[in-house]
Parts: sequence; C-alpha cells; structure tokens
Amino acid sequence: MAVQFSEEKLNKVKEIIARYPEGKQKSALIPVLHLAQESFGGWLSAETMDYVASLLQIDPIEVYEVATFYSMYNLKPVGKYLFEVCHTGPCMVSGSDNIIEYIKERLGINVGETTADGLFTLKTVECLGACGYAPMMQLGKFYKEHLTKARVDEIIAECRAKAN
Amino acid sequence: MGRKLLLDKAHIEGIRYYDVYRKNGGYAAAEKALKSMSPDLVTEEVKKSGLRGRGGAGFPTGLKWSFLAKPEGVPRYLVCNADESEPGTFKDRYLMEFIPHLLIEGLLISSFALGANRTYIYIRGEYAWIPDILEEAIAEAHKNGWLGKNIQGTGFDLDIYVQRGAGAYICGEETALIESLEGKRGNPRIKPPFPAVKGLWQCPTVVNNVETLAAVVPIINIGGDEYAKYGTGKSTGTKLISACGNLNKPGVYEIDMSISVEEFIYSDEYCGGIPNGKRLKACIPGGSSVPILPANLLLKTAKGEQRMMTYESLNDGGFATGSMMGSGGFIVLDEDQCVVRHTMSLARFYHHESCGQCSPCREGTGWMKKVLLNIENGKGKESDIDLLWDIQRRIEGNTICPLGDAAAWPVAAAIRHFRDEFEWHVRHPEEAVKRNFGLAHYADPLPVAAPAAAV
Ligand SMILES: Cc1cc2nc3c(=O)[nH]c(=O)nc-3n(C[C@H](O)[C@H](O)[C@H](O)COP(=O)(O)O)c2cc1C
Ligand code: FES
Repeated sequence: MAVQFSEEKLNKVKEIIARYPEGKQKSALIPVLHLAQESFGGWLSAETMDYVASLLQIDPIEVYEVATFYSMYNLKPVGKYLFEVCHTGPCMVSGSDNIIEYIKERLGINVGETTADGLFTLKTVECLGACGYAPMMQLGKFYKEHLTKARVDEIIAECRAKAN
Repeated sequence: MGRKLLLDKAHIEGIRYYDVYRKNGGYAAAEKALKSMSPDLVTEEVKKSGLRGRGGAGFPTGLKWSFLAKPEGVPRYLVCNADESEPGTFKDRYLMEFIPHLLIEGLLISSFALGANRTYIYIRGEYAWIPDILEEAIAEAHKNGWLGKNIQGTGFDLDIYVQRGAGAYICGEETALIESLEGKRGNPRIKPPFPAVKGLWQCPTVVNNVETLAAVVPIINIGGDEYAKYGTGKSTGTKLISACGNLNKPGVYEIDMSISVEEFIYSDEYCGGIPNGKRLKACIPGGSSVPILPANLLLKTAKGEQRMMTYESLNDGGFATGSMMGSGGFIVLDEDQCVVRHTMSLARFYHHESCGQCSPCREGTGWMKKVLLNIENGKGKESDIDLLWDIQRRIEGNTICPLGDAAAWPVAAAIRHFRDEFEWHVRHPEEAVKRNFGLAHYADPLPVAAPAAAV
C-alpha cells in the first residue's frame, strides 16, 4: 500500500499547518502523525514517517525523534482493538490488577501481545486522567471506565461483533 | 453548601453550548473586560484576587502576567496547559467536557490582558474526544463574534487553536510543552530564559493551567476583591479537587478553600467517606508528586490543629510532617492498601515519564523502581531502604526540570512516614507477598508537644 493521504486528509493537513505562523509548519508534526497513524493501519512505519516528513518539508530524522518519544505512537503493528489499561497508583488501589489479569485470561495473551487473529492487543499504560472512574482503559478515541469483569466481557463481545 | 464560582452552572442542561451558556450569564465578563477595561486593569483585578496557579506550583497568576516581556513588534502568546497527566488529577478534563465556554471566555479575557492574538490549548493526546468539544465551542464563539477579527467591535483580534499531545507527562512542564508545541520531543529547556521572555518560537509566552484561566471569568465578573473573600488567607477563591482511590464518591469537587480535610473526605456533600466501613490509612492530597501522609498527620497537623484544604494548611509542617495542595489530585488509600506497592507504581510512572535528558532522573527513577519492585516481591534487603533514601536525595535538585523532584518526593515521604511497613516487607518477605501490613499505627492519635511554658 503506497502511503498517501486522501484529498480530504490533505486538506486537513493544510488546515493544521494554517494554525501556526508562517514558516512554523513543524508544529504540525504531532497532529499530522496522529492523522497518519489513524489513516495507515494504527501504527507508524518508516515509510509513513518519511511521507510525513516530506509533507511538512522537514528531515525524516525530525519525525523519527518525535515518533519515538511519545507513547501514543505505535512503532509496530497492533491489533485492530488496542486495550490500553491504566495501572498507575489510583487505578491500582481501585482494582486494575484484577482487570488486567482477567483480560489476559480472556484473550489468552500477555501484556504487550496481540491475539493470533490480529484483533486485540493488550497494553498497560500510565495514568490517563480518569482516576476517579477507575479501573479504566482507553479503547481507540474513547475511555471505558468503571471496568468490571462483566463489563470487560461486554467490550470484548462488542469488538468481536464489530469486526465481523 | 460550599460556594461555587466555576462549576455553579455545570449542571445546567445544554451548558456545553453557546446559547445556553450565554443565557446563563456567559461572556458577560468578556464583554466587561473588552469594552470597559484596559488590559492592565484586567491584570490588576487578577492580582487583587490573589489567584494562584492551579497547575501545581501555586504561583500568583497576576504577578506572572506582569513579568511578560512586551518588546515592540514581537508577537506574544498565551498557552493553556491542558496536559493534565499528574496521577490523581482529572479536574481540567471535567471543566473542558462540561463547560467548555468557560475556558474559551477565560482565554479571551486573559489573551486580551496579555496582548496575545493567537492562543493555543495544549491538551494531552489521550483526551482524544475533548478537542472536538473545544473546537465546537470555538466555532460557536467565532460565529457570535467573540473570536476572530475585531471582536465585538473593540479592535481586538484573537484566534484559539487546540493542539493535541501524544502521550508524555513531561509535556505538562511548561518549557517541555512549548518544545512539543514546536513539533519536537518534550525535553524541558534550561531556565533562564523564562518563557515570559523567550517562550513559544522564542517569543514572550505565558503558560497557565485550564482551571487558572477559567477562574479569570468569575474574577472579572465579581471583581478581584470579592473573589479574594472566598477561601482563607492566601488561599483565595475556590479550587477544583479531583478525588480518587478508596472513596464512596470519587469525582471532581469545587471547594471553597475554607473546609477541613476531614470534612472533605467524610461529609456527604463531598466524598462521603470510605467504602465498606474501612478506615483511612494514607492520602496523597495534591497529585502523585506531593508527599503521602499517614491518616493521623493528614487530618491534624503536628501541632494538633485541624488540617484544612488550603495551600498553607496542607503545607503546614513542611515536608517533615506536611504535604502540598499541588494539582488538587486527592488520592485516598484505605487500610487494605500497601504503601510499598503504591510507591512502586509511582516510581514506575516517573521512570516511564522521565524525558531522559538528566542522568540523575533517567537512571535514578529506574533504580528506585527496581529496588521497590524487589521489596514488594519479597526480595528486598534491609539496606535497600537506605539505598532508596540515598537515590532520591541524589535526584532531588539535580535535574533541569522539577520532574526529578516530583519523582523523589513520593519515595522520600513513603519512607519517612511508613518506614515500619518497608521494614516489615524486608524482614518478613514470605508474609509480605501474601498479605498487607494493614492499618498498623498510622491512624493513631499523635502525641502533641506541649507548648513551651513561659519562663
Ligand atoms: C513534570 C511536570 C508536569 C507538569 N504537568 C502539568 C500539567 O499537566 N498541567 C499543568 O497545568 N501544569 C503542569 N505542570 C506545571 C507547569 O510547568 C506550569 O507551572 C503550569 O502550567 C503553570 O500554570 P499555572 O500557574 O496556571 O498553574 C507540570 C510541571 C512539571 C514539572
Ligand atoms: S491512575 Fe489510572 S487514570 Fe489515573
């Protein structure tokens, strides 16, 4: 698959660049990398990063530096559904350990792994700013809060249904 | 009922939208500021209010604004810090999700005071749905003449843009945030120069927290003097507290800074006490970076006075027996929680979030995590406790930015106040992996030193 934004996304890139003063288009890098990750399979390949560099007229190394610094950018392929479960203190005292164990058991994978069918990846992440609604995880754009085992079952079933 | 200034209208149906916000008194402060006040007068009101930065450091906002350099012909910027990544903190999210126009109005008034025509909201990347809410509010404000060119015919121009981060706690530190906004890694800059002189694209910049900027709205509405009547002493106004951990009603509360910690935890108006009849063991009252306190020192100061939810009272006793208001992230641990394990999770957090520029922080945080994991897993040695103390001492004060201090303080405070629990872990490793140390003596009343008799 050649890495190339659609016309609509290219317009979005232009709109992002226009947020900054003349000549400061490098500031668009982080938002454009988000757009690229969403558009090209949920992760950033070297090809994707080089494409972003060419769009913003910066050196590829400037893109690699940034992509490797921020934890939301995936530098390897991930499953279609990425479960990012918070395990920091406040979530921990509210039972996140049990939720992580339960997800491992249900999906048959360890933290950092992807299911054989390529549907699910499980990650533990640091505080997502939802500590009062713990345990919780990020799933795509949104948060799933107040997790229980039953709620985890529902979420997995919803994902499977959507994938079919 | 405590008095509210920020969330008083948050419950109104549809307050997220312009029409409802406007009908309920929204943009009245902006109108007053832009049409009847000079930028300096707005800054004066903010000074009079005594407002202190709500992002964690508590620096007086009006004073900070007055430091902004104003060279001819150079643009100035206001950047709103919505990075909100300090564990325990989720108040800015609440404000942006439920009453976004309050922030937009606050940004408008503040940009006017500072002479900024282009303002950015830097929001943590994980809050991926909130930029849509903010951008919708910005579009509504534009349509109604509160943003863009010649706002309400006053000649003032302003555009507000939302910039998403991509997962990095360090980008909450103001100079790292600026680097990130320039499209770089979030490595904090060496200060000076301070952002007020050389910030975004080397131009004078003010960085303020979401809540700080929202608080400018009631300050202009009621006046700085009136605002300062809320709260206690130098803790003026109201403060958003995000309460979490073992509580019956975790959530975001706006408090008038005149209530006690005990009332905040136990009264039904706020957190409603601790679930399942458990007892309070410990609390981190101001976000993960501030010192943890055992129950007895949390509720009463070492002098035996009631501890209040104010900057001064939370800090009473310094780090020896007190803590800090910080970001208002209030984390409660009940009698079943293990302080060693909790401290390990925070050390893991800081290790993950260290930007890696300074060796004491990069190496020290990883080392602390490893030693704490060993103790937690029953593989600790007696000497590890002193080792931890030594490592945190060598990080504190030896880094470019305060993340190093933020990583050192939780470990130092845990050892200072819960040394018995650490010792129990290393002396009874087999037991320690099976059960927790429990409440122990951490809620027992403390002996209060009798006041020195007059000679
Ligand atoms: C490691 C670190 C993380 C920080 N994170 C945040 C944050 O998420 N939000 C915030 O408003 N301030 C944060 N701060 C404080 C900012 O550097 C800065 O002081 C603040 O945005 C100033 O705004 P205020 O005066 O309105 O509080 C952080 C500081 C450090 C050292
Ligand atoms: S600790 Fe999990 S969201 Fe804050």
